[in-house]
Amino acid sequence: MPFFAYVGLFLLLPTGIVLWGAIRDPAGHGFKLSSLKLLGGSTVRGFFISSVELAAITSIVGALLGAVLAYAVASGNPQGTIRRVYLSGSGVLAQFGGVTLAFAFLAAIGPTSGYLMHAGWFYDFPQGIGLIYIYFQIPLMVLVFLPAIDGMKIQWREATENLGGSTLQFWRYVGGPLLAPAFLGCTLLLFANALSAYATIQAWDNQIAYVVPQQISTAITSEVGLASPNEAQVLALGMVVMVAIIMTGYALLQRRTARWLR
Amino acid sequence: MAAVAPQAFEALTQPATVPRRSMRAGRRRRLNIFRYLVFTLFGLFFLLPLAAMVRFSLEGTKAGSWSVAAWTQIVSYPNLLGAIEITLELAVLTCAVIGVLVVPTLIWIRLRVRWISRAVEFLCLLPLTIPAIVLVVGLAPIYNRIRAHISLSALQLFWAYAILALPYAYRALIAGLDAIDTKTLSEAARSLGAGWFTVIWRVVVPNMWPAILNAMILTSALVLGEFTVALLLLYTNLQTSLYYISRETANAGVLFSTSAAALLFAFVLLMILSLAGRRRGHR
Amino acid sequence: MLAAAAVTDEGGDVTSPVTEAHSAQSRAGVEVRLQGLRRQYGQVVALDGLDLTIGPGELVALLGPSGCGKTTTLRLLAGLEDADNGTITVGGKDITHQSASKRDMGMVFQAYSLFPHMTVRENVAFGLRLRRISRAERDRRALEMLELVGLSTQAGRYAHQISGGQQQRVALARALAIQPQVLLLDEPLSALDAKVRAQLRDQIRRIQLEVGITTLFVTHDQEEALAIADRVGVMQDGRIEQLGPPTAIYSRPATAFVAEFVGLTNRLVGTVSGSSVTVRGRDLPLVDLSTPPGPVTALVRPEAVTLASDSSGGSGPLTGTVIAITFLGATSRVTVDLGDTTILAQLATSDATALSAGSRVTLTIRPDPVLVSGAPAVTEE
Repeated sequence: MPFFAYVGLFLLLPTGIVLWGAIRDPAGHGFKLSSLKLLGGSTVRGFFISSVELAAITSIVGALLGAVLAYAVASGNPQGTIRRVYLSGSGVLAQFGGVTLAFAFLAAIGPTSGYLMHAGWFYDFPQGIGLIYIYFQIPLMVLVFLPAIDGMKIQWREATENLGGSTLQFWRYVGGPLLAPAFLGCTLLLFANALSAYATIQAWDNQIAYVVPQQISTAITSEVGLASPNEAQVLALGMVVMVAIIMTGYALLQRRTARWLR
Repeated sequence: MAAVAPQAFEALTQPATVPRRSMRAGRRRRLNIFRYLVFTLFGLFFLLPLAAMVRFSLEGTKAGSWSVAAWTQIVSYPNLLGAIEITLELAVLTCAVIGVLVVPTLIWIRLRVRWISRAVEFLCLLPLTIPAIVLVVGLAPIYNRIRAHISLSALQLFWAYAILALPYAYRALIAGLDAIDTKTLSEAARSLGAGWFTVIWRVVVPNMWPAILNAMILTSALVLGEFTVALLLLYTNLQTSLYYISRETANAGVLFSTSAAALLFAFVLLMILSLAGRRRGHR
Repeated sequence: MLAAAAVTDEGGDVTSPVTEAHSAQSRAGVEVRLQGLRRQYGQVVALDGLDLTIGPGELVALLGPSGCGKTTTLRLLAGLEDADNGTITVGGKDITHQSASKRDMGMVFQAYSLFPHMTVRENVAFGLRLRRISRAERDRRALEMLELVGLSTQAGRYAHQISGGQQQRVALARALAIQPQVLLLDEPLSALDAKVRAQLRDQIRRIQLEVGITTLFVTHDQEEALAIADRVGVMQDGRIEQLGPPTAIYSRPATAFVAEFVGLTNRLVGTVSGSSVTVRGRDLPLVDLSTPPGPVTALVRPEAVTLASDSSGGSGPLTGTVIAITFLGATSRVTVDLGDTTILAQLATSDATALSAGSRVTLTIRPDPVLVSGAPAVTEE
C-alpha cells in the first residue's frame, strides 16, 4: 500500500539514518560505538543539562498554572463562549509558538523596544526564554488536562459531601488521587514538548546554542567539521531516547487515567 | 511549539458531556469569583504580548506614532509574499497527502484489515517521539543527495510535513471513524451492491467529513507554524523568512504584522473547527 | 454502636424475611418533614410548595415522569441544593440551612456512585474515614456492611471489576455505614438490567426494613414504587398529585394523571347520575361521590374488563372484535374494537388462549369504583 511506502521512506528511513549514523564509525568502516561516548562528554552533557533544566522548570510551572486554568474552564458552561474561546486560543498558542511568539515577547518586554517594560533579563537563560516557553506550555496543559477534569463525575463530589466531607477533604481523598496520574502524565508531555522545541529558542537567540536542539542544528549546518561528523546523529539519538522514555511514562499514566475518568 | 499531544485537539472538537447540575449558592458564588479571577489574570497574561505585537506592527517612524506601513509592507517586502505563498501552497499539498493517502488507508484498514491497526497506530504516533529536529537530521542527507542531481523547490517540503502532521491527523480521523459504525454502514452498502470504492467514497467519507475537516485544519495550522525543518533544510517558508528578516532588521515592523496576521488566521481556523465539532456533537 | 442484636429494635412491627440478624440501627428511625418547599430555575418552577411527611422507618417512593420534581425534592433534602422557600425538619430539628456535609444522610446515586480509585472496602469505609474512625474499626464496620448487602467476598475489588448491580449494593453499604438518620435513593435501579432491577429492589427493601431507617426513594418506574414503598407520592409539575399506600394509588387514583401514569387505563365515555356513572350501558360506582351529574370520561382499568367469546353474533355497546392479543407471560392484554372506540382488557393468559384476532367477544366491566374526569372523551376512531 502506498501509505506504508510513504511512511517508510520519510519516517523510518530518516530515523534509521539517525540511529545508524550515531553508532557508525565516521570513517565508514563498520560500527563503532565510541561516538556514543560523545554523549558523556562535558560540553554535550552541558547541553543536555540545560535542556532538562529549561524543560523541567517550564513544564512544572506550566503544568501547575495550566491545571488551574483548565479547572476554571472546565467548571463553566460546557457550551459557553468562554470555554470555546479559551480552547481555540489554547490550540493556537500551543501549536503556534516558535518564531511568532519570540517576536511577540520581544515587542512586549524586549530590553530595548518593549512596550510593557525593558526587561534586562530578557536574554538571560533560562528566565527569558523560560517565560516564553511557559506561554505556550500553559495552553498545551489546558488542552491535554481538560479531558481529565471533564471526566470527573459530579456524583463523586456529591457523594463525598453527602458522606460528610468538606471541599478540602474531597480534594485530598478523591479529587487529588483521581487527577494525579493525569496531571503527572500531562506534565511529562509538557516536558517532552519543551525538550523538543527548537523554533522558539532559535528565534530568541541564535548566537549561542543553549539546548540540544540548537546544538543539533549547529552540528548540521556547520561546514567545518568541528566536532565529529556524526555529532548531530548522536545528539539526536540522545534526544530520541529521552523523549521515548518520557512518552512511555506518559502512555502508562494515561492508561490509568482512562480507566477511571472515561 | 507543540511537537506532541494531538489528543490535545480532541478537547477542541469533542463536545463536553459534563452534565450541569446546580450547586449550593454559596459554593457557586465562590467558584465564580475564582473563575473570573483566573480568566482575567490569564487573559491578561496571554493578550499582553499579542497586543504589544500588534501595537508594534502599527508603529510609525517616530516612536509613539501610528502607521499601517508594516501591514502594507507585507505585500512589498522582498521574498515575504513569496514565502507566504509557498507556505499556503504547502498547506494545501500536505492536506492533499493526508486526504489522498491517509484517509483511504485508515478507512480501508478499519473495514478490511483490522489486525494491522495496532501497527499503524504505532507508526502514526511515532512522529511524536521523534521531534522535528531529529527528523531533520535524518532527512537532510536524503534531501541533499537528491538535490545533488535535481533542484528541489520548497514545495517538496510537503513530504516531510505530512509526516509531522500524521499524529494529529490520525487522532482526528480515528475519532471520526470511531464515531460512526463503519462496519454496519459498509455491510449495508455492500449488501445493496456497492463496490469497495463506492463504499469508501460515497458512504464512509461523507459521514466523517467533520473529522476530515478537523484533520485538514490541524494540518494547516501545523504547516503555517512550521519552522524547524524548513530552516535546516535551507528552505524558505513563512516562518523561516520571518526569521531571516529578523536577523537582518531586528525590529522590522513587518515581522510583527505578519506574525499577528498569521496568528489571527490560525485562531479563526480553530474557532471554525470548534464550531463544526460542536454541531457534530449533538447527536 | 452497631450491635449484632435482634432486628426489631425500634423499627416497630417489621416482618421482613431476614435471614440473619445483623447489625440493627440502635438509633430510631426519625421523622422527616418537608413543608412548603419551592425551587425555581430561572423561569422553570421545579417544585411548587411541596409538603411531605415521612414517618419514622417509613419508605416513601416519589414517582413521576422526568421533570416532575422528584429528584429535586431528594436533592433538597440531601442538601445538595438550596430551596428558595420552605423548611426541612429531620427528627424535630430544622436543617433547612444546614450544609450537605453536616446533614446526617446517606445517599445512593443513579450511576457513577463509587470512587474508582478505591477498593470496595475503602469505598464503604470512606464515610467513616472522614469521621476519623480508626483503621481497624473502619474495616470492621465496612465488612459488616458488606455482609449486610451480601458482598463481603468482593471487598478487595475495584468498581470496574464488579457488575452494575453489585456496584449499587456497595453504594448502599457505603451510605449505611455512617449510620445516617435518613436514606436517600435517587433512581438507584434505573441504570441496571431488568432482572437485576427486580432482585435488587427487593433486597433494598429488605435491608431498609431490617435497619429501620427512614427512606426516600425516587423513581420513574411505577412497578418499583408500588412494589416496595409504604407510601407512594405521585408527582407532576412540582406537586404531589396523590400520596398514599400503593393499593390506594392504584385502585383509587385521585386524579386522571395518577390513573394514567400508574397502570393502564381505558378512557370511556360515560354519564354521571347520582352515585354511579353509566358506561356503555353498565352502572359503575364512583370513587368520588360528589361528582356532579353529566357527561364525563370514565377511567377503567383493563383488569376490570372481562371477555367471553360471543358466538351469538349479537351486537351491543359491549360487543366487539378482537384486534390484537399481547402475550405478557402470566397475563395477556387484549385489544378489542367496539366500533366507536377501542378498549383494553387484561386477562390471565389461560383465559385468553381461546381468543384470536377477529374473534367476536362480549365484555363485562367489573363494578370497581372508577374515577371520572370532567370532559367527556373524544370518541376515538
